[in-house]
Amino acid sequence: MREPRKEDLIEGATGPWEIVLGLEVHAQVASKAKLFSGASTEFGAEPNTQVSFVDAAMPGMLPVINWYCVEQAVRTGLGLKAQINLRSVFDRKNYFYPDLPQGYQISQFKYPVVGEGVIVIDLPGQRSVSVGIERLHLEQDAGKSLHDQDPSNSFVDLNRSGVALMEIVSRPDMRSAEEAQAYVRKLRTILRYLGTCDGNMDEGSLRADVNVSVRRIGAELGTRCEIKNVNSIRFIGQAIEYEARRQIDVLEDGGVITQETRLFDPRAGETRSMRSKEEAHDYRYFPDPDLLPLVLTQNQVDAIAASLPELPDEKKARFISAYGLSPYDATVLVAERAPADFYEAVAKGRDPKLAANWVTGDFFAALAREGFTIETSPVSAEALGQLIDLIVDGTISGRIAKQVFEKMFKDGRDPAKIVEEEGLRQVTDLSAIEASIDAVIAANPDKAAQAKDKPNLAGWFVGQVMKTTSGKANPQVVNEILLRKLGISSAG
Amino acid sequence: MTDLTRLTLAAARDGLAKKDFTSGELTGAYVSAIEAASTLNTYITVTADKAREMARASDERIAKGDAGALEGIPLGIKDLFCTKDVLTTAASHILDGFVPPYESSVTQNLWNDGAVMLGKLNNDEFAMGSSNETSFYGPVINPWRRKGSDSKLVPGGSSGGSSSAVAARLCLGATATDTGGSIRQPASFTGTVGIKPTYGRCSRWGVVAFASSLDQAGPITRDVRDAAILLRSMAGYDEKDSTSVDRAVPDYEASLGQSVKGLRVGIPKEYRVEGMPSEIEALWARGIDWLKAAGAEIVEVSLPHTKYALPSYYIIAPAEASSNLARYDGVRYGLRVAGKDITDLYERTRAEGFGAEVRRRVLIGTYVLSAGYYDAYYVKAQQVRALIARDFTQAFEKVDVLLTPTAPSAAFGIGEKTADPLSMYLNDVFTVPVNLAGLPGISIPAGLSGEGLPLGLQLIGRAFDEETLFRAAHAIEQAADFTAEPEAWWRA
Repeated sequence: MREPRKEDLIEGATGPWEIVLGLEVHAQVASKAKLFSGASTEFGAEPNTQVSFVDAAMPGMLPVINWYCVEQAVRTGLGLKAQINLRSVFDRKNYFYPDLPQGYQISQFKYPVVGEGVIVIDLPGQRSVSVGIERLHLEQDAGKSLHDQDPSNSFVDLNRSGVALMEIVSRPDMRSAEEAQAYVRKLRTILRYLGTCDGNMDEGSLRADVNVSVRRIGAELGTRCEIKNVNSIRFIGQAIEYEARRQIDVLEDGGVITQETRLFDPRAGETRSMRSKEEAHDYRYFPDPDLLPLVLTQNQVDAIAASLPELPDEKKARFISAYGLSPYDATVLVAERAPADFYEAVAKGRDPKLAANWVTGDFFAALAREGFTIETSPVSAEALGQLIDLIVDGTISGRIAKQVFEKMFKDGRDPAKIVEEEGLRQVTDLSAIEASIDAVIAANPDKAAQAKDKPNLAGWFVGQVMKTTSGKANPQVVNEILLRKLGISSAG
Repeated sequence: MTDLTRLTLAAARDGLAKKDFTSGELTGAYVSAIEAASTLNTYITVTADKAREMARASDERIAKGDAGALEGIPLGIKDLFCTKDVLTTAASHILDGFVPPYESSVTQNLWNDGAVMLGKLNNDEFAMGSSNETSFYGPVINPWRRKGSDSKLVPGGSSGGSSSAVAARLCLGATATDTGGSIRQPASFTGTVGIKPTYGRCSRWGVVAFASSLDQAGPITRDVRDAAILLRSMAGYDEKDSTSVDRAVPDYEASLGQSVKGLRVGIPKEYRVEGMPSEIEALWARGIDWLKAAGAEIVEVSLPHTKYALPSYYIIAPAEASSNLARYDGVRYGLRVAGKDITDLYERTRAEGFGAEVRRRVLIGTYVLSAGYYDAYYVKAQQVRALIARDFTQAFEKVDVLLTPTAPSAAFGIGEKTADPLSMYLNDVFTVPVNLAGLPGISIPAGLSGEGLPLGLQLIGRAFDEETLFRAAHAIEQAADFTAEPEAWWRA
């Protein structure tokens, strides 16, 4: 058991409380066709245009497993270092709802395709926590009920009906909203590395049910409430904070928590009861007689394992050991596959730390500022590498490099070309620099006289010299000569 | 011209090939016969125009020398098979007006072989029943009557429309389905041949589901040869049905006439049930003698778990049905009874749309799958099912086929057993174990009861060994020389 961290505890009126969190994440399989029908899964189509007879539960229609989706589930399981069950079973989860045409959802209840695994989440201060994965199973998504289209009728869109979801169930291993958010972020990163889910929460490709309970330190687990279908990382944080506080208030007022399903209302910033345990459905799970058990061979699993990409944890470890990056930079770079690949292209054959500084610094800042992604960036990894080469070989100073970079970002020109065309080559000719310095000192005799007593004035002189040389003078050289000429000891 | 409806399917096929008559003439004869037999209530929908059109197309293909295996043969289709652009009801009010935009795989196979559709045959609602009295479209009447009586008898069920229509010569052959005896028991009650093939032999795609792990399509015909011909066309692997089996379909007709010398025929001692009429016992003994005389070896075998078959069946079949029938909710097709909200709409639609027997089974099925009862009922029944299958496996180590009566009685009167569901369920005591084990079974008319009603014998075979069944069935048919026919009292 984990020792509770003081920072994670919530102070109540009667003492501190610990939050215990477990998540069930629904991740839509990145597949062109649905789990049991050939209908398309493309997002944003006109309502009810991607519905097969199977999805609409017409009489006599039968499900046929889409093996591509099974492979993605196995791939995800391997990415979560989880056990792959060579034999799993599809069950029917029975309940009535207009967006569930069959009257049952095909899911995996007793025998999921993926068993226990683990996700290591990264937290501020180089802290990391292992969160246990209990299982991953495949299931069908339901359709969508639309209640706001007509004053007296609800509409149903079955485009989502039958889309393949992976339900990934964690153990109750998280102790703060921050950890839960980090868990979802890390899971999304892994899914995107694997290519098994696009992770777009705003399109509903990734949704989380959050199980929240609170307890006194060292006590047994409290009664949990499940917050359904939270669809952003920010809302996950808000929902947990609100729900934990609510539970603590109830308990401290002498009340009891009743197990129930709740909904998070992002506008009000609160959770509300949806249905109690007593109102909970009896889903009457039983093996779907229309489908045979899902049987995989070890060879199939091995073949999928052999095709896995390097995953974020391994990549991070390699970035630290092979490139000497700080864990922080490494974490930032591996958060997605594209920036990691971009970085490696920049770093190839160059100073890896300098490359990391440029990629995580000016480059990421420019992307964010201008609304670009790695894919749409006007500066290629090759061009950024060339810019770094110009710094390293002394052609330009770091400061000029920043200007050159902004120009590159604006019009996509080559760094060497910009330096050439705009005459930005660094001046290292000592006599030219000395002449500039002498001119500045001559023009400012008062300040030069004060400089002996106020060494800080040296900075002002450097600035003036850089100005007269349009920034092209090597700033280090300028500094050294200035100190000497102003009679300031370099130690000062 | 002689009455073309007197011919068997095989004879009609040969006559068409020799151009003795046309499919138009043959089909016309059947359409007239159907029109004159409305008293029997065998057809829910007669597709006379479509039949004539298909017959015309068949005659063209015959003329071009392009005939299929069933070219020009007029058939009746149980109304459980979805037929494109033709009303399909499953004999239920809840499917009011349902016209499928697709064709079941089995019927498509028949049309691909050139068969002609006469119409859709009545059956027990959703195939739930053993007397064809649960149909929303009213009971089907057996063309057979007791000697000296004009009281109306049931044709068996659920494929009562199929058995009655074949016996009354209202089609050359009919499709049927069998979940617990629904092909074999009606065949036994009407002096016809009915075979339920191995589970997985015929596709279930497009057949309205009752109990998916037990449902299997098969033919009802005038004689064994016709059954062999029709099954060959119906059967085959279908990738749209995950439980269908990818195995070549043999030429069953070729098995007929082959000797049964040395064939080991098992007589299961547990099928001697208490209270079985002596004339059924005597019929069974005659069947044993016939096979013995033909050179078969008779072996007594034990199927020790037989007595648990019926109770297990009446847990498993309703459990699956309760889930399979959830899709009939009034939202997308069929009957809709308006309600004050969606739950009210569901309840009113299903209360009005389902008949008493269907409601009973949905309730039983929902109950046995409920939390707290699932292990005691559903799981236990599945365990028993495995034991029953093992009984058969062990018996088939010693014998090649099993011989039993098909049903414990001859046809009974309309309304005689409707008040007592349990006595109705007992009709299936000899047929249900075969479905639980997924094995093929065939009923052959073998004699008349003291009251002049047909009685059938059942042969049970190894999985996918329909050929041996046909061979032995043909031997019994030869020996029984069953030529009795009902008087055509119903003809208008």
